[in-house]
Amino acid sequence: MNLESIPLQAFLIVSSVLFCIGIWGLLNSRNAVRVLMSIELMLNAVNINLMAFSSYVDNNLIQGQVFTIFVITVAAAEAAVGLAILLSLYRNRVTVDMESFNLLKW
Amino acid sequence: MSIAVTTQIICFSVLSLVVIIGALGVILLENIVYSAFLLGGVFMSVAGLYLLLNASFVAAAQVLVYVGAVNVLIIFAIMLVNKKEDLKAIENIKSRRIISTSICLTLLSLLIRVDLSNTWGLAEPNASIGEESTIRIGEHLFSDYLLPFEVASVLLLMAMIGAIVLARRDVMNEDISTGLPVDQELIEKPNEPLLIKKN
Repeated sequence: MNLESIPLQAFLIVSSVLFCIGIWGLLNSRNAVRVLMSIELMLNAVNINLMAFSSYVDNNLIQGQVFTIFVITVAAAEAAVGLAILLSLYRNRVTVDMESFNLLKW
Repeated sequence: MSIAVTTQIICFSVLSLVVIIGALGVILLENIVYSAFLLGGVFMSVAGLYLLLNASFVAAAQVLVYVGAVNVLIIFAIMLVNKKEDLKAIENIKSRRIISTSICLTLLSLLIRVDLSNTWGLAEPNASIGEESTIRIGEHLFSDYLLPFEVASVLLLMAMIGAIVLARRDVMNEDISTGLPVDQELIEKPNEPLLIKKN
């Protein structure tokens, strides 16, 4: 088999696996900081997808790279606000266990 | 990119292995400090994948923003909330694990099937602008993506103010009984934990 370059599907599979690992961590973590880390993993998976498509499908007008920059911006804002919410939650509840944040549970 | 194909494939394999094994370590390791540092490794390898895709500017942005800002922020948060606590056991943890794992595996098989079976409309490789991508990104940001670019700056300002307001702690300026000014130590004032005695 003579490859001219890395196939697009290889990047897509890596990003799919990374996204599913992120979802698993989001569903199963009990530490709230780890939940935020899983969200960052999922955002990175989406970014790999956008970058791969912009390089293979839209390689002249690379709009996917611009989208990736916006996703990185929003992810930084989300991490800052999420960790601030986590700190004030910890101050009120003295725990970071996701199972104890059940105020809205009925 | 002007590297030989074999080198590219070797780099890609190593980087994707680091990404996937590092991500598994992030969610599976017991110690959350190890998870945070592995997360930095995952971010660096993702930046390496971007370099393989001819995107040097986005790779630099990834290293600066994710490794330099987000990861440091996460490590600070771990430092502030790091307390050994023995978690209460959940009664039906096993069925929960089974359900969530099956959901993830189903989604993964679905995604991989779509990845492999779809025929993607690939562009001509020789139309690629290659190393000029930074110039093209600058053109985009100041012409057709100007409004999102400006909105992003407002969003960052809002996030900064919101994070400060949320994470600020209340300190007392003066003693309640005597009315004298209190020196503001770094120790937080002992406040009654709210909402902790539910039921």
